Amino acid sequence: MAQNVENIKDHATLFQEQEYQELFTNKKEFEGGHDPDEVARIAEWTKSWEYRDKNFAREALTVNPAKACQPLGAILAAVGFESTLPFVHGSQGCVAYFRSHFTRHFKEPFSAVSSSMTEDAAVFGGLNNMIDGLANAYALYKPKMIALCTTCMAEVIGDDLGAFISNSKEAGSVPKDFPVPYAHTPSFVGSHITGYDNMMKGILTNLTAGQKKETTNGKVNLIPGFETYIGNLREVKRMASLMGANYTLLGDNSDYLDSPNDGEYRMYQGGTKLDDAADAINAEATIALQAYSTSKTRDYITKEWGQKTSVSRPVGIRGTDEFLMALSELTGNPIPQELELERGRAVDAITDSQSWIHGKRIALYGDPDLVYGLVSFLLELGAEPVHIVVSNSNPEFEAELKALLDSSPYGKEATIWGGKDLWHMRSLLFTEPVDLLIGNSYGKYLWRDTKTPFVRIGYPIFDRHHLHRYATFGYQGTINLLNWIVNTLLDELDRNTIIPSKTDISYDLIR
Amino acid sequence: MTPPETITYPETATEVTTEATVDVETGHGTSVPVDTKALIQEVLDSYPEKSRKKREKHLNVYEEGKSDCGVKSNIKSLPGVMTTRGCAYAGSKGVVWGPIKDMIHISHGPVGCGYYSWSGRRNYYIGTTGIDTFGTMQFTSDFQERDIVFGGDKKLSKLIDELEELFPLNRGISIQSECPIGLIGDDIEAVARKKSKDTGKTVVPVRCEGFRGVSQSLGHHIANDTIRDWVFPKADKAQKDGTLAFEPGPYDVAIIGDYNIGGDAWSSRILLEEIGLRVVAQWSGDGTLQEMMLTPQVKLNLIHCYRSMNYISRHMEEAYGIPWLEYNFFGPTEIAASLRAIAAKFDETIQAKAEEVIARYQAQADAIIEKFGPRLQGKKVALMVGGLRPRHVVPAFKDLGMEIISTGYEFGHNDDYKRTTHYVEGGTLIYDDVTGYEFEEFVKALKPDLVASGIKEKYVFQKMALPFRQMHSWDYSGPYHGYDGFAIFARDMDLALNSPTWDLVKAPWKK
Repeated sequence: MAQNVENIKDHATLFQEQEYQELFTNKKEFEGGHDPDEVARIAEWTKSWEYRDKNFAREALTVNPAKACQPLGAILAAVGFESTLPFVHGSQGCVAYFRSHFTRHFKEPFSAVSSSMTEDAAVFGGLNNMIDGLANAYALYKPKMIALCTTCMAEVIGDDLGAFISNSKEAGSVPKDFPVPYAHTPSFVGSHITGYDNMMKGILTNLTAGQKKETTNGKVNLIPGFETYIGNLREVKRMASLMGANYTLLGDNSDYLDSPNDGEYRMYQGGTKLDDAADAINAEATIALQAYSTSKTRDYITKEWGQKTSVSRPVGIRGTDEFLMALSELTGNPIPQELELERGRAVDAITDSQSWIHGKRIALYGDPDLVYGLVSFLLELGAEPVHIVVSNSNPEFEAELKALLDSSPYGKEATIWGGKDLWHMRSLLFTEPVDLLIGNSYGKYLWRDTKTPFVRIGYPIFDRHHLHRYATFGYQGTINLLNWIVNTLLDELDRNTIIPSKTDISYDLIR
Repeated sequence: MTPPETITYPETATEVTTEATVDVETGHGTSVPVDTKALIQEVLDSYPEKSRKKREKHLNVYEEGKSDCGVKSNIKSLPGVMTTRGCAYAGSKGVVWGPIKDMIHISHGPVGCGYYSWSGRRNYYIGTTGIDTFGTMQFTSDFQERDIVFGGDKKLSKLIDELEELFPLNRGISIQSECPIGLIGDDIEAVARKKSKDTGKTVVPVRCEGFRGVSQSLGHHIANDTIRDWVFPKADKAQKDGTLAFEPGPYDVAIIGDYNIGGDAWSSRILLEEIGLRVVAQWSGDGTLQEMMLTPQVKLNLIHCYRSMNYISRHMEEAYGIPWLEYNFFGPTEIAASLRAIAAKFDETIQAKAEEVIARYQAQADAIIEKFGPRLQGKKVALMVGGLRPRHVVPAFKDLGMEIISTGYEFGHNDDYKRTTHYVEGGTLIYDDVTGYEFEEFVKALKPDLVASGIKEKYVFQKMALPFRQMHSWDYSGPYHGYDGFAIFARDMDLALNSPTWDLVKAPWKK
């Protein structure tokens, strides 16, 4: 009997008990498993260059990709606006997945509805589902805006959202002047960052229609992109305020995704006011904090609003410098001493830690903008990015990243693996080992297999708590990133020098 | 066909309650009865007329003595409401097929479905991941626009060749269709037949496109049917050929419908083995293809999640004459009843051993109840889950002195609601496919002490300062099955309900 009432064992220890170990052994009799020697032989083979070549030769198969599909990004954009309900037109399972995925990462409620299309809608189209769905969503959840996007099902059968919305309004599902922005977000095009872009463009197009005025409102628009660090949105707002900038953060989901526990559940929290978003068309300029999740949106703003747009990723010292200088130029305000002091502190922290990081070989993966920011920061530290895997890459990104790598002697070893996945990364880590791996929670499987020290940065992070609450942006975010990286390297050093009288010569107190 | 067997529960001399009232603590030490039928009407009033009529069939109050809970089920969800339901793909890949550990399950179609269901269910297994075991990996054909236009059969065929090259120890492959596959008319059956011939392995095409059916439930059924059509014929042939080496014994049983969440199937299996039975197969948590193939030779199928696997159990009864028995391993009362019912299917040796095992573990269970009972006595629980749990976990709560005031299924059918009558008392609020809005309103009115539901609901209720446990995933704990699991279950309910953090929610200056 395994359980003792004073020391109840759950899965983490229960199955180490002898009786369960015996159960596992006995079960093998029926499993039809392979000879353990053969398993070990194949396991070794997967670490080889021969396997790597076969692995990289695959053309049809994707294994453990670091990307999701469009609607996930679309609904993240949508919840950044005041009292906005995301509505995904298509089969309902998708929304269940999106809600679970975000909820697991943020540990927050995430509200989104679906038009619950089934076989009949596959044959006849989903118009009736939308007419009823908008009516139900409007009546029950009382949103100020419903942001519509599609699943691959609706895209394959060719449902036309624009026409469907008109029909639904005609049918009285929602008032005629009720904003229902939309975006077509097929899952077989791009990834979640494309979906963010499409939805952001859809929302801005809808809200700003007819709002153009003769004069500017003197504001700067900031667009975060597919950003999952709540701390980053707060940090950007803080920096912009310190800069005296009059700004609108378009799609500010930080309160939605980090709501207080005060005994009351509110479905809609914070978000960019719809009026402010509508007035974004009259701003001086727009700065996007990510490039590849905002490219269509920026293109639209440049062409349709006639507004100057730029991209500025406030990651690391140089990235933050550039962001603040861009804000300074736009606002005409100098960079305040407070931020200069923060800069000095972050640089000081880097100089304190740099020696532990200099020359360290790094592998990393994630979305293009995340990876770009991290590479920029790693080069500042004298770390050497080696394997860079970006599943949702594109040629423009690869050229931009290559230029960044070429600008530093520490970027020489780097290889950009666009369109590759984490099973490719596994081969890379076995054949050309590195000192540190950076990526989202899925990297824990690589950590286990290759024993590469691992820092969790990106989306999703399911298996560690609260990382998303921190900032990775700004000078303060720089210190967070530095902290995670240097202390993971030091943890590893301790682990490698821990055996008494054998390796613990260097088990130092002071590092 | 013989009628399905279930354990029948002796009528207990409980008082017959037909009044639809639940006592609600007012916070002043007194309790007032809530008229639950009126509450249902009140909640329904928020819907548009058409939807109200549809939803009212799904909400009711159980009347003691009735053979059914009085709700309609397994009907399309309303569009535009927050349903917790998933899709057929989730039912097939996420539940039934995904946990078969030595096969590779291809998420065939765009990247999203495989990504969101990647490692999401904690189906524990023993094996070397990526070598002879593939449970926590995501294999996808990552459909692009060209695959939608030209069809994906060629890609699928090539992909399977690549799988064979890179993962030679896989025992077989399943093709889990995502929405576009059925819509564009791909012939995955033809690919499966061809590739099965080429590789000599089992290749199973599963038509579990997400738009099929009204929930994940149809996906379970479809997955069961593919086992019947694509696995069992091979098993029959192998048995005739003598290539499926197996010496049947008199006490051979299979565990059906246990997904080994947090190790549930193991803490169940250990009891069956202790009473002298030989567990030949586990479906599907920690299961293998060979285990599936051996199952038609067992003497009795023991089914835990009736909803997801009654179909294949019925098939084995018809085709192979194997009887099946639904059992419940939640909480000592039901575990003992189930062990006795199972033992009754065998000889006196087994029956005597079952009594021994029950007696031996009863001491453990009593100690658990003695410790945790006083802390949990009289606490009211609102349940809403999928599969078997809206009924099966009720006795485990009762063993701890807790009371179920409401329950319902995400995707239950009429037979589930019939079976539920064994477990719930008159006056229990029943909600089928409850919407987010309804669930919140019910909880606000009924004021349970604990809500036990899924990840999408968790933080909604925690923001209301309500203790919550995830009853799909055991909130990352478990196992909850068996006597060992009951100890963890009791501990977890205590830590949720009696967490000191609930007293922190209200700021002292607001009290």
